[in-house]
Amino acid sequence: MTAPLLAIEDLAVSFRTEEGEVTPVRGVSLQISENETVAVVGESGSGKSVTSFATMGLLPRPAGRVSQGRILFRRRSGDTIDLATAPRATMQALRGAEIAMIFQEPMTSLNPVLTVGEQIAEAVRLHLGYDRRKAWAHAVEMLGLVEIPDAARRASDYPHHMSGGMRQRVMIALALSCRPALLIADEPTTALDVTIQAQVLTLLDRLRRELGMGVLFITHNLGVVAEIADRVTVMYAGEVVESAPVRDLFNAPRHPYTRALLECMPSRAIQDASGRRVVRSIPGQVSRVERGCAFAPRCADATPACSVEAPMLESDAGRQTRCLRWRELA
Amino acid sequence: MSSVVTSAPTLLFLRRLFRRKLVLLAAVILVIAFALALLAPWLSPFDPASMRMARRLRPPGEVNWFGTDELGRDVFSRVIWGARASLGIGLAVVVISISIGAALGLVAGYFKRADAVIMRLVDALMSLPDILLAIFLVAVLGASAGNVVLALAIVYTPRVVRVIRASTLVVRELPFVEAARALGVSIWRILFVHVLLNVASPLLVQATFIFAYAVLAEAGLSFLGAGVPPETPTWGTMIASGQQYAEDAFWVVGFPGVAIVLVALSLQIVGDGLRDMLDPKLRKAL
Repeated sequence: MTAPLLAIEDLAVSFRTEEGEVTPVRGVSLQISENETVAVVGESGSGKSVTSFATMGLLPRPAGRVSQGRILFRRRSGDTIDLATAPRATMQALRGAEIAMIFQEPMTSLNPVLTVGEQIAEAVRLHLGYDRRKAWAHAVEMLGLVEIPDAARRASDYPHHMSGGMRQRVMIALALSCRPALLIADEPTTALDVTIQAQVLTLLDRLRRELGMGVLFITHNLGVVAEIADRVTVMYAGEVVESAPVRDLFNAPRHPYTRALLECMPSRAIQDASGRRVVRSIPGQVSRVERGCAFAPRCADATPACSVEAPMLESDAGRQTRCLRWRELA
Repeated sequence: MSSVVTSAPTLLFLRRLFRRKLVLLAAVILVIAFALALLAPWLSPFDPASMRMARRLRPPGEVNWFGTDELGRDVFSRVIWGARASLGIGLAVVVISISIGAALGLVAGYFKRADAVIMRLVDALMSLPDILLAIFLVAVLGASAGNVVLALAIVYTPRVVRVIRASTLVVRELPFVEAARALGVSIWRILFVHVLLNVASPLLVQATFIFAYAVLAEAGLSFLGAGVPPETPTWGTMIASGQQYAEDAFWVVGFPGVAIVLVALSLQIVGDGLRDMLDPKLRKAL
């Protein structure tokens, strides 16, 4: 078996704050291979974006740092490097060229005073060393690839000439312009309306297949996960609580949190005719969890033991679960 | 093709800017002033330095349109040659203070540690009255046109730093900065291309105001004898040397005085017009 494209191993990220050090990501592991989409699901503050920023080497300095673990990435050259300890210059050369990222906010993630063609051409000139004319031609080609009609003309448009869906397509073109091996998509469809969401997802899936990329797809929307992911990692309060192939996770969720999330999905609630279940209280504040299971205070199936003993991530049949009671609850 | 796309918003912008007649008038005055300054060697009827004592203190007339001064020099010729010096000094001050101020402002707005150092320096400079600081600097450096430019650039750079730093603090938090970093663009390129383009509007507005202040300050310094040496005609030196004759021969100080007022006022009006157009983010269409 060849090594995966990206292997995050036991990653912890810490931030210095005025109230001392907080660790919003603790012991996270996940793997992505070529041509595979791995979704990371979790609510706000679960550490999914922090994980992706750590992978990009874009943690805010000097407050944030990788305090434990490795982020192994297989480069195009075949060498494997640890992104957590790679020098800044290496990371800068990697970003955009081998690892690219698209963001949640298509309205503001493009520079308002540069044409979209100029922005794509900039990345291409930087990483591929194309001259001005060749970079522009490449930019137009990329816009065509993301199905922007009349790409040659739209390349000289400014971002404000475009709709949200169009801009997200431009962002995708920008991210993919240098053919990265790994794409990190941080809630790329959250800001778009539903029909556009579906178009963008289809486009991303098509490009993933055509370019053979690994995609790390960060979202809180399980409906999106079902459509696009091969594997799913569920995060809660900075930890992986469950990881499974997408079909297994939806058919037989093992962790109570995953089950609660699935039951929150409107379509499910209607099917079950049992009324929607609400995940009680506020998300666990990372810094407050001292012992026991982080999810225990909100868990419907919690026992007294749950708030004493911290569960380990147990592996079984290609899936992983972090729950003391998953066997009896299944 | 692309030139059509880019020139249309520029035209629209100018049309909106000049819809206010006062701004249009001010812009026309500035164009005339610059044209006179540039064409002074060809337009001036007399050598601005040639003295003819027989014709001293003549009132405005057919030969000497603006009259002659206490040494019989043609005031009109001296006013347009003075425009060359005064506007030239103003422009040089603008170029220097805008480039250094923008660079320092961008760096201060982005890097927290540099911010502490740069802003304390700026605070220190801004705590001194402008004209006093300029006089002090010229006194130390020596009176010459170059040193006046240098002194005024030092006086006005802190204003630019403040404005650009404030704008940079806002722009650096916009997602496109993060997005550019995620594409592997270096911090310096992000600052001096992506952020700079986004703070261009306040920079342009500052440039016009500093131009106006610099023209006034140069006149003030020269008038006080702490500026350009008196043998070089600038509007300031003309007023300085003609002041004792002002009561009998208003034209000796009147015309350079009017020139200063017109140019400084026009620059301020155009600056105001630009600010009204650019400051509210409504006019993002640029």
